[in-house]
Amino acid sequence: MKSKPCAYPYLVWMVIFIAAPLLMVLYFAFTDKAGNFTLANLSGLGQYSAVFVRSILLAAIATVICLVLAYPLSYMLSRLHASKQRIMLMLIMLPMWMNFLLRTYAWMTLLEKNGLINRFFGLFGLGPFQMINTQGAVVLGMVYNYLPYMILPLYTIMVKIDNSVIEAAQDLGAGLIGTVTKVLIPLSMPGITTGITMVFVPSISTFIISRMLGGGSNLLIGDLIELQFLGNSYNYNLGSAMSLVLMVIVLLCMSLTNQLDSEEKEGML
Amino acid sequence: MDDTVIVALKDIVVDFDDESILSGLSLDIHDKEFVTLLGPSGCGKTTTLRVIGGFQSPKSGSVFFDGKDITALPPYKRHVNTVFQKYALFPHLNVYENVAFSLRLKKVPEAQIKSSVLEMLELVGLKGFERRNTTTLSGGQQQRVAIARALVGHPRVLLLDEPLGALDLKLRKEMQAELKRIQQSLNITFIYVTHDQEEALTMSDTVVVMKGGYIQQIGTPVDIYNEPQNAFVADFIGESNILSGVMDKDFMVEFGGQTFTCVDKGFTRQQLVDVVVRPEDIKIVPTIQGQLSGVVKSVLFKGVHYEMIVEQAGYEWKIHSTQAQQPGEIVGMNIGPDEIHIMHKMED
Amino acid sequence: MKKMSVFSKIYLAVFFSFMYIPIAVMIVFSFNESKSRSVFTGFTLDWYKSLFRNEMILSALGISLVLAFGSAIVATVIGTLASIGINSMRKTTRGIIMNISYMPVINPEIITGVSLMLLFVVAKTAMGGKIFGMSTLLIAHITFNLPYVIFNVTPKLKQMDVKMYEAALDLGCNPRQAFFKVVLPEIMPAVVSSFLICLTYSIDDFIISYFASGTVQTLPIAIYSMTRKKVSPEINALSTIMFVVILSVILLINAKDSQSQKKKKTRA
Repeated sequence: MKSKPCAYPYLVWMVIFIAAPLLMVLYFAFTDKAGNFTLANLSGLGQYSAVFVRSILLAAIATVICLVLAYPLSYMLSRLHASKQRIMLMLIMLPMWMNFLLRTYAWMTLLEKNGLINRFFGLFGLGPFQMINTQGAVVLGMVYNYLPYMILPLYTIMVKIDNSVIEAAQDLGAGLIGTVTKVLIPLSMPGITTGITMVFVPSISTFIISRMLGGGSNLLIGDLIELQFLGNSYNYNLGSAMSLVLMVIVLLCMSLTNQLDSEEKEGML
Repeated sequence: MDDTVIVALKDIVVDFDDESILSGLSLDIHDKEFVTLLGPSGCGKTTTLRVIGGFQSPKSGSVFFDGKDITALPPYKRHVNTVFQKYALFPHLNVYENVAFSLRLKKVPEAQIKSSVLEMLELVGLKGFERRNTTTLSGGQQQRVAIARALVGHPRVLLLDEPLGALDLKLRKEMQAELKRIQQSLNITFIYVTHDQEEALTMSDTVVVMKGGYIQQIGTPVDIYNEPQNAFVADFIGESNILSGVMDKDFMVEFGGQTFTCVDKGFTRQQLVDVVVRPEDIKIVPTIQGQLSGVVKSVLFKGVHYEMIVEQAGYEWKIHSTQAQQPGEIVGMNIGPDEIHIMHKMED
Repeated sequence: MKKMSVFSKIYLAVFFSFMYIPIAVMIVFSFNESKSRSVFTGFTLDWYKSLFRNEMILSALGISLVLAFGSAIVATVIGTLASIGINSMRKTTRGIIMNISYMPVINPEIITGVSLMLLFVVAKTAMGGKIFGMSTLLIAHITFNLPYVIFNVTPKLKQMDVKMYEAALDLGCNPRQAFFKVVLPEIMPAVVSSFLICLTYSIDDFIISYFASGTVQTLPIAIYSMTRKKVSPEINALSTIMFVVILSVILLINAKDSQSQKKKKTRA
């Protein structure tokens, strides 16, 4: 088939709108406003280290919570009758189809000082608690928004695990913990790693969740970047340097989880 | 069959990524013949078919159809049609539309399409299947649709690329007879690719045995079976005992520590040769009457005959016989002069 | 484990209440008479009325739809063509192209957003004039939609028997006819689903649009600006409408799916 030319429009598009913009990030990160080479943007990031650490930490916590919540849920789902699985999956996907701004806004109203949750506690004479504008609220927002991203890959891999494999493990003397750690987790490793990246990447780069649920005091990397490009700070060069670092963090995270995956595979061989 | 050459290949060379698949292959195929290209996988048989069909352009060499050079002609301009290995039916079209496909392209009037399609479906035994979805058909039925689809345009040559490979044994036998019947009733040329020697021998007028991009032998099934030109052909077609031997002189060959009379001549004295003996051509006789004697190692019942392995002077003979011997027994073996096939040593 | 244990049941119940309570609260308060987000004072449809009179939301919805259909059509066409070309390439070239195509998928959206913004800013200084707006939005949406088309269509092409194309040629199609009569019908399901994926991603996207839009407001951007205001119960009304629309679409698709499955079963 002499059809290679069919791909040319896309290749042109790819070069101009995917490759070139990323190279521009690289260029801006290493230049100053006048266009001269400088490392100042990158070295200047030191003063924001607290924000970077907070971003990584909050995203990591959200990812772990998602994993812990999603793992048993996905397993339960995968053992259900096929028709029930369909309905459950649909129910899990449904909120995802709503715009995440609306979902986050819903939590904003719930967590408010005189929001529904505090009012509920008030019935028992408790509170009001400061819930909105805390780091906890930010993590909650991440978990709520990205939990399905953890469930779906886990579920996809778990439906492929045959019941007889689990029964065999039990037959050979593995208890609940043994079955989970020695059989279930190794077999579902690809799903775990996919889930981790799918939750961690949007969590660490978000700026909406932190802005809506974290108030002004819990800035994340995403907020910093947004400020440089559209906010008051207005410094493309610094913003590019931040973006570059964010990309590196994401790539590191992905290669780490990949390693986890391949180690597990080697162990299985 | 007649003597007109319908397809001729001249010095065809095909390379894939610097690996030579066909290295200067030449072949004449006569009109109205059932020709089988036979060989192990990787021998170039399918590539040869693809060159004829126009799916593979040769690096050099030419393809002639009815005397005209068609090397540069794309597939859709050639008067040959193909039955593909896994049928390649169009899943979005039903049986009728699959068969009608090429006629619709030619803008044949609807009435004529209908009669042609129905005629073809009848020929392949699928009358009444017109509206069926191809994906709901069995392998054998899909095969028949593929044949009808390829034949509806009345090609002068039909190419078949291991069409029966995916079918089970019983169905395969049925389809072999069916294909032969179709070829004879339409009186056109079939070029058939297979690695199954039995299939080749049953159906063909001419068998082309290939190996490593070269033709090893061309002949009728009987010729190929009885007079293999080299040890590869002998081994590939049917089962054979192949031993090293020495020609003492014309009509005299020595192997297995004994001298035998044979019907071959024209070798130099003391020339090393391959000796091929078919398992069914060895007679078991009482030890004293035998030219050779050996110990029966194993006996397997194969339905029509017993297959025995007899060890003699370090060589394990395979023998087919209707009488079983006991393992451990010492038996004599006789081989008549006609049954000994002498071949030049293969250069490997 | 055919029957669920009590623990599983409780776990599922807690999980689904966590997922749905926020949405339920929004739906309930979309009918609330007062602006309060915690006390229900009485039933009203006023917020729906004012939503449908809200020029900003309506024009944003229009822009979002135009953008979604425009970018989905262009991305599906370019992407399908690209998949066909990529499919016939050597393995190494194909690998490189696929890896670059992956970038917008694995990269955080904010990076894709700011990188495109940089490109547009540079283009603006080079060419002058007003650049940001519908055109930059279209480019951005086509860009993030394209990989999804390619990742959907390429596997379908690979799955397709190459012999199918050859069979078409064998039966008298020229390459163009072979594409339209055999290849395209064969990959059509993947093309259609790519188109739908593009539509939804495009309508839903906020982050990338945010950096590429200039002053144009897509629906998500309009929603964002509404959430910045102190109290706006119209959002609740909007959420409710969206939820109902999505729910009915999904139910419809499911009903159709199970219907066709039943048909297949009875036929077989």
